[in-house]
Amino acid sequence: MSNPVHNPTSKATDENSRIEIKNTTCYMCACRCGIRVTLRDGDIRYIQGNPDHPLNKGVICAKGASGIMKQYSPARLTKPLMRKPGSDRGDNDFEEISWEKAFSVMEERLAHIRATDPKKFALFTGRDQMQALTGLFSKQYGTPNYAAHGGLCSVNMAAGMIYTIGGSFWEFGGPDLERSKLFIMIGTAEDHHSNPMKIALADFKRKGGKFIAINPVRSGYAAIADEWVPIKPGTDGALFLSIINEIIKQGLFDRDFLINNTNSAELVNMDEASTEHGMFVRFEVPKEEGCFDAQNKLWWDRELNTPISMHTEGSDPYLLGEFTLDDGTPVKTAFQLLVDRVKDYTPEWAAEITGIPEETIKRLAYEMGITARDEKIELPISWTDTWGKEHDHVTGNPVSFHAMRGLAAHSNGFQTIRAMSILMSILGTIDRPGGFRHKAPFPRPIPPCAKTPTGWDDIQPNTPLNGMPLGWPADPDDLFVDDDGKPIRLDKAFSWEHPLSVHGLMQNAITNAWRGDPYSIDTMLIFMSNMAWNSTMNTTSVRDMLNDKDEQGEYKIPFLIVCDAFQSEMVAFADLVLPDTTYLERHDVMSMLDRPISEFEGPVDSVRIPVVEPMGECKPFQEVLIELGSRLKLPAFVNEKGERKFRDYPDFIINYETAPNSGIGFLAGWRGKGGEKFMKGDPNPNQWEMYEKNNCVYQHELPKSYQYMRNWNQGYLEWAKRHSLTRYAEPINIHIYSEVLQKFRLAAQGKSDGKQPPEHLRNRINTHFDPLPFYSDTLEAQQTDLRQYPLNAITQRPMAMYHSWDSQNAWLRQIHAHNYLHVNTATAEAAGIDDGQWMWVESMHGKVRCMCRHSEAVEPGTVWTWNAIGKAKGTWGLKNDANESQKGFLLNHLISEELPASEAGDHLSNSDPVTGQAGWYDVRVKIYPADADEPEETFPQFKEGAKTPGTKSFRGRWLKYFAGKKVK
Amino acid sequence: MTQLALVIDLNVCVGCHACVTSCKEWNTSGTAGFMSDYNPYEKDPTGTFFNRVQTFEVGEYPNTQTVHFPKSCLHCEEPPCVPVCPTGASYKREEDGIVLVDYDKCIGCKYCSWACPYGAREIDENQKVMKKCTLCVDRIYDETLAEEERKPACVLACPTSARLFGDVNDPDSHVSVQIRENGGYQLMPEWGTKPANHYLPRRKANISIHKDELTRVDNPLNKERQLPMPDEDEQTLDDIMSW
Amino acid sequence: MHPAFSVIFLTTLIGVGQGLFLALYTGQLYSVIKVLPVQDSASFYGYGSLLSVIFLIAGLVASVFHLGRPERAWRSAARWKTSWLSREVIALPAFIGTTFIYSMIHIYGWNPVLFIINESFIIDLSLVVGAVNTLLAFILFICTGMIYACIKFLQEWATPLTVVNYTLLGMASGFALSTVFAAYVSSELVNFYAAWTIFLTLFAFITRSASLIRNTKIKYKSNLSTAIGIRHTSIKQKAQGAMGGSFNTREYFHGAKPIFFKSIKWVFLMLVFIVPTLLLSGALATDMFALFASAFVVQYIGLIAERWFFFAQANHPQNLYYQTI
Ligand SMILES: Nc1nc2c(c(=O)[nH]1)N[C@H]1C(S)=C(S)[C@@H](COP(=O)(O)OP(=O)(O)OC[C@H]3O[C@@H](n4cnc5c(=O)[nH]c(N)nc54)[C@H](O)[C@@H]3O)O[C@H]1N2
Ligand SMILES: Nc1nc2c(c(=O)[nH]1)N[C@H]1C(S)=C(S)[C@@H](COP(=O)(O)OP(=O)(O)OC[C@H]3O[C@@H](n4cnc5c(=O)[nH]c(N)nc54)[C@H](O)[C@@H]3O)O[C@H]1N2
Ligand code: SF4
Ligand code: SF4
Ligand code: SF4
Ligand code: SF4
Ligand code: SF4
Ligand SMILES: [Mo]
Repeated sequence: MSNPVHNPTSKATDENSRIEIKNTTCYMCACRCGIRVTLRDGDIRYIQGNPDHPLNKGVICAKGASGIMKQYSPARLTKPLMRKPGSDRGDNDFEEISWEKAFSVMEERLAHIRATDPKKFALFTGRDQMQALTGLFSKQYGTPNYAAHGGLCSVNMAAGMIYTIGGSFWEFGGPDLERSKLFIMIGTAEDHHSNPMKIALADFKRKGGKFIAINPVRSGYAAIADEWVPIKPGTDGALFLSIINEIIKQGLFDRDFLINNTNSAELVNMDEASTEHGMFVRFEVPKEEGCFDAQNKLWWDRELNTPISMHTEGSDPYLLGEFTLDDGTPVKTAFQLLVDRVKDYTPEWAAEITGIPEETIKRLAYEMGITARDEKIELPISWTDTWGKEHDHVTGNPVSFHAMRGLAAHSNGFQTIRAMSILMSILGTIDRPGGFRHKAPFPRPIPPCAKTPTGWDDIQPNTPLNGMPLGWPADPDDLFVDDDGKPIRLDKAFSWEHPLSVHGLMQNAITNAWRGDPYSIDTMLIFMSNMAWNSTMNTTSVRDMLNDKDEQGEYKIPFLIVCDAFQSEMVAFADLVLPDTTYLERHDVMSMLDRPISEFEGPVDSVRIPVVEPMGECKPFQEVLIELGSRLKLPAFVNEKGERKFRDYPDFIINYETAPNSGIGFLAGWRGKGGEKFMKGDPNPNQWEMYEKNNCVYQHELPKSYQYMRNWNQGYLEWAKRHSLTRYAEPINIHIYSEVLQKFRLAAQGKSDGKQPPEHLRNRINTHFDPLPFYSDTLEAQQTDLRQYPLNAITQRPMAMYHSWDSQNAWLRQIHAHNYLHVNTATAEAAGIDDGQWMWVESMHGKVRCMCRHSEAVEPGTVWTWNAIGKAKGTWGLKNDANESQKGFLLNHLISEELPASEAGDHLSNSDPVTGQAGWYDVRVKIYPADADEPEETFPQFKEGAKTPGTKSFRGRWLKYFAGKKVK
Repeated sequence: MTQLALVIDLNVCVGCHACVTSCKEWNTSGTAGFMSDYNPYEKDPTGTFFNRVQTFEVGEYPNTQTVHFPKSCLHCEEPPCVPVCPTGASYKREEDGIVLVDYDKCIGCKYCSWACPYGAREIDENQKVMKKCTLCVDRIYDETLAEEERKPACVLACPTSARLFGDVNDPDSHVSVQIRENGGYQLMPEWGTKPANHYLPRRKANISIHKDELTRVDNPLNKERQLPMPDEDEQTLDDIMSW
Repeated sequence: MHPAFSVIFLTTLIGVGQGLFLALYTGQLYSVIKVLPVQDSASFYGYGSLLSVIFLIAGLVASVFHLGRPERAWRSAARWKTSWLSREVIALPAFIGTTFIYSMIHIYGWNPVLFIINESFIIDLSLVVGAVNTLLAFILFICTGMIYACIKFLQEWATPLTVVNYTLLGMASGFALSTVFAAYVSSELVNFYAAWTIFLTLFAFITRSASLIRNTKIKYKSNLSTAIGIRHTSIKQKAQGAMGGSFNTREYFHGAKPIFFKSIKWVFLMLVFIVPTLLLSGALATDMFALFASAFVVQYIGLIAERWFFFAQANHPQNLYYQTI
């Protein structure tokens, strides 16, 4: 009976059309999957996951598959723009200018600043993946005021783990779900490793592994968890410490691993009078000061009952105990100190704080400990450790963890993450099968070697910065402060306020520049970051600051350059707008010098190669930087004669070397004249073609014997050294006890001679630089009247939206057109708020009117919403009545970038006192119904701006996308 | 007789919507296209999709399950949507059981959609013809595509491989085995529509711990002169006996 | 369901048309058996049935607004073997056609006597055509009713009462119009039609009330548990993946406030049944044309409300999937 007129099986739509298929790398988010783009008559017809790509193996996500609607979005900027004289920032009132004009304006301004006071130029970048280039540009320019978004994103996760195990989650490592039996995911909604995590999680579940999600909210990943453990936000530290307590109490830790691979058995000086108090006892002073852990500490031998140098062949030291050295110095093993520390952190104590029943905490401890001990994996892989000992197999304890901003985005996050890393370590799961595994170029020494400058002298006109703009302080002398201990960077990173702020504190840059604290600047360049909206706290005030003028009528931040691809909230505040290309229009590299897409098995880097022509006058920001670098004659971009060295960005990528003839450049694959080398080798003129032929990715698979135990794997570390991934092939022992932190504490106690904290910060440093993890309430909670603001307010990443930048996407915005505040049904009912009703949510910093959604999948003391769905009216190519601005809301209005003035001094950032990580998830709120006569519209509202020149407004009401435009 | 279908594994679906937009992306430029969108950049954007992912909460806190639930046409073996169609535009293919709409015959009366209990059909309000999941019939037989890619767009996209595709009438097919072994079920069986698409339920992994596993001779605390001890404040005989 | 005015007008207008024809033909039949006086062929049966044709065509025109692709409407006769809609699509024009023929026969007097039974009952052509057309009228009622009654999971509709109600309400409104028509042409059949109208209206009142009562007692076979296949008593939808709405949220929900929905029920019970009966009784007593006319008009307006309610009351099981934006 089937005799169709219209034949749905015909391929007629593709016949008689020009079909092209091109590979590149997605950038609808930072996951960077390989994609295959089919074009029909030049239009994008289909974007699919590249099946031959190691990262996503052919799958794609909702955003990736909607790339078409990003490419053709009406919000796209296509012309360089200059703010109209007389208009206010925020009015979005621009006139088109030429690129030549844009460049000459920038050249003149930046050249002057560089010749006079280079710190007055600040460059901050958001969700980009080219920090290697932006960092290089800033260093060459000579300004200390450079950072990417890590400080407001997840620096706690990077720092907490790297200062403990030499690697981290995020882009640096992850759970080996292929071999794991028990997986605990904490505070993760989506994360950067989106597709690989989903692939792995599904496989893991299919193999019968148990998946536990610890999260106040059961969404996305947690939805498919075998067990959901709801927890009160900010209290995970208490949970981990109590689990550690229980595991130690039951003897469920991996003793051999702790002794051999961590500093647990090393003896700590307990003489309170000594300037060495809390430091490891060393049997000799290291000959060479390097950034590695010298193997010169002591164990206490069980047989001899005397101290013995660590890793003495055949020695079996005590892990626990308190001893006295010959010279009378009292010592304890580091592990004993941990045991002492967690003694009072009982499950019963933690139950009260976390809201998780005591029995559950104990059971979690047993499940972790017993699975780690009894389900051991032995792989027949022989390897040699850094002490020369040969092993004929690799063992693994198949318990793995993953965590992200649920831990990171709290001001107590650093110590929480230290606690989690220690839990992972006592279970013996670091870089072993079934546990946590590193990704190249990790592991790094603890801390990694890169260092920032340390004083004003390091910043000189017309001179590159003397040091890296961002680095890893190992002791107080590494701080970037002046002689009075005051910050030198605009964002006060690497100062005593946040000594280990290894990614900077972008979240405070605008407020500090506006206030002139520590100083005023002249020009701020913001790339790919929506600092007038979702990447800023206290959004309403920050928008006012951006537009604020001094008595002379000059802007407090005199010149603002924004490079964006879309008509974002930030663009409206720019003096100069640089229209960027999309990811489908430009070359890009995911470089080993930055955060590559490495796999557990070895280094991987990748590239983007344009699949369509840039729209209008869009220009890749990379090209802008190379042009500017050449015009400003920054040494890296010009030859000895001061002439431009690189034709364009692709040329730069091929020919740039980190030092003359270093053989190291942005891309690690196919180096050497003929592409025969990896990582190090002469520039290869055909490097791009080789990437193009190979799915835009270079994968280097290490021999099996180099794939595990890399902190202590001689073969691997020597390989890494040979390929210039590291400078030292020394073991990277896990810091159960952190001497680095203790050094800062000694300074705070006045026991060391180096740099000293200012008086008002001594106490803060002494408290927070505890060498062992401890639990304390978040800073914000400590300063909030919790009876008035009893609830925690947090956000989640929706899987189908990337931050603020997908509301211009006609398909994705149908999935999330606006957001609700999700409130536990009982909590909402107690507050008299119905499902779907308009309500207020208020913190001590501000209030927002929004709509309520009752939920059974959220802990009763927590309210949450999807992040950054709400938009300012008139942005993102949306009409004024769009749901995003009328019903959608931004939680950021409730969160402050600074703590209320405290005894520690005014204007302290609302951040982790160790790392400067923004405390997004610390805010406390109250909720109440909106009055019936209030408008059914979100509050606050903002005035819409003028139409952006160069954007095509969408006409009509119907979007009928059909590639090739030959609609039947 | 062949009956092609999707089997959706709720045990691994994380609700990412990849299947939703991949479907739209493939089909809007395919033979089933375009799939129009109304108000794409203003209030209440809406459009034609063949596949949607919904979210349900099951149970009460803290015993809550969050269930992500993808739904497209189920290609019923007894499709009530087909016989009601006055024009014959709605039809079920004999060769593979796919239920399709012939756009050139459809008069847009919507009657078939009334007759679908699942809400799986959507009229394209611009083209004014009824549309629905085609099981990507223009991919799965396309010999210009590589063999592994002759699958629906949503199946290729799904990161958790929660979407399986195959012949549910072939007892040896992967999908049939999955249905059999993992308790695959049909939606609203009460109407006798016999949906070809099946769903696999949530399955729970447990770890059970025996008390013995906490007391072992190789307890490392042995080596540290410390065996596990009860807490100081736990009761002992000292508290209750006075001999 | 979302009540579509095109369908509301289609079903109510053709109902009037069918009923009016049936009324006229009943009159004619009665006159043949000499129970009623014979009426003027052209002005009464002829123009009366032409009026019926006008209503039927108006209904047909209304239906076109329901179609996305009216230019292809001709295709819709194709599946008469399986589709009640297809059958209606055949039955309606057929009925219009025969009604038109019936009308023409009367107007132009092409009405040869075919035979005479018992020497007293004259069977002319119009009577035979009318008989066929009567059959068509009932077939059409059945087709229309079955379009709704055959969807078994639309449980409010899936009952013989749906067909019965379509038939009786159509007839009542048609007889009401015939009463007006009779009054207008000052026919002596006014009382006859009025009596029939009252009878049909009260009969329909009983069957329509029966369906209302039945519908309050429906046990829905589908629920969220069968819809998503998870056995639990507490299941709530939190998102449907389309915040700006979709075809499914527009087509299957009436979108009216609960009070409006409830009051429509009382409104139509008053306007379709109570008020017309009272008006007709009054009209019979006073013989005021305006009262006859208003009885029809009120009832027709009531029928629009009745049909609106008919659609709005139907709970489509697909709605289980579309509860929360
Ligand atoms: N689709 C999509 N993917 C993205 C992004 C995006 O916007 N969209 N953004 C990218 C970026 S920049 C980042 S930084 C990553 C972030 O990736 P995630 O860390 O996964 O992102 P969040 O949504 O912040 O997740 C926070 C989770 O922690 C939970 N949580 C909050 N507080 C606590 C707590 O105190 N304890 C515990 N246990 N849980 C808590 C929240 O409920 C939430 O589930 O995602 C990246 N990937
Ligand atoms: N309340 C709350 N706030 C948060 C968070 C939270 O969890 N809760 N998360 C925080 C975190 S972790 C992060 S990382 C930040 C992210 O915040 P942002 O860094 O501000 O991220 P986006 O909103 O993605 O904005 C980036 C800008 O990049 C632009 N863009 C997109 N593609 C391109 C391109 O190809 N080229 C250029 N030049 N520009 C482009 C977009 O138009 C947009 O204006 O948000 C933070 N804010
Ligand atoms: S996860 Fe990110 S990179 Fe991968 S396909 Fe999705 S948007 Fe693209
Ligand atoms: S799911 Fe609906 S549209 Fe699809 S075959 Fe079944 S009844 Fe027809
Ligand atoms: S809308 Fe089209 S496919 Fe559906 S019943 Fe009507 S004619 Fe058939
Ligand atoms: S099978 Fe094809 S048409 Fe059907 S839901 Fe999947 S992608 Fe869409
Ligand atoms: S793509 Fe797969 S995991 Fe994602 S929503 Fe669809 S079925 Fe679920
Ligand atoms: Mo982030």
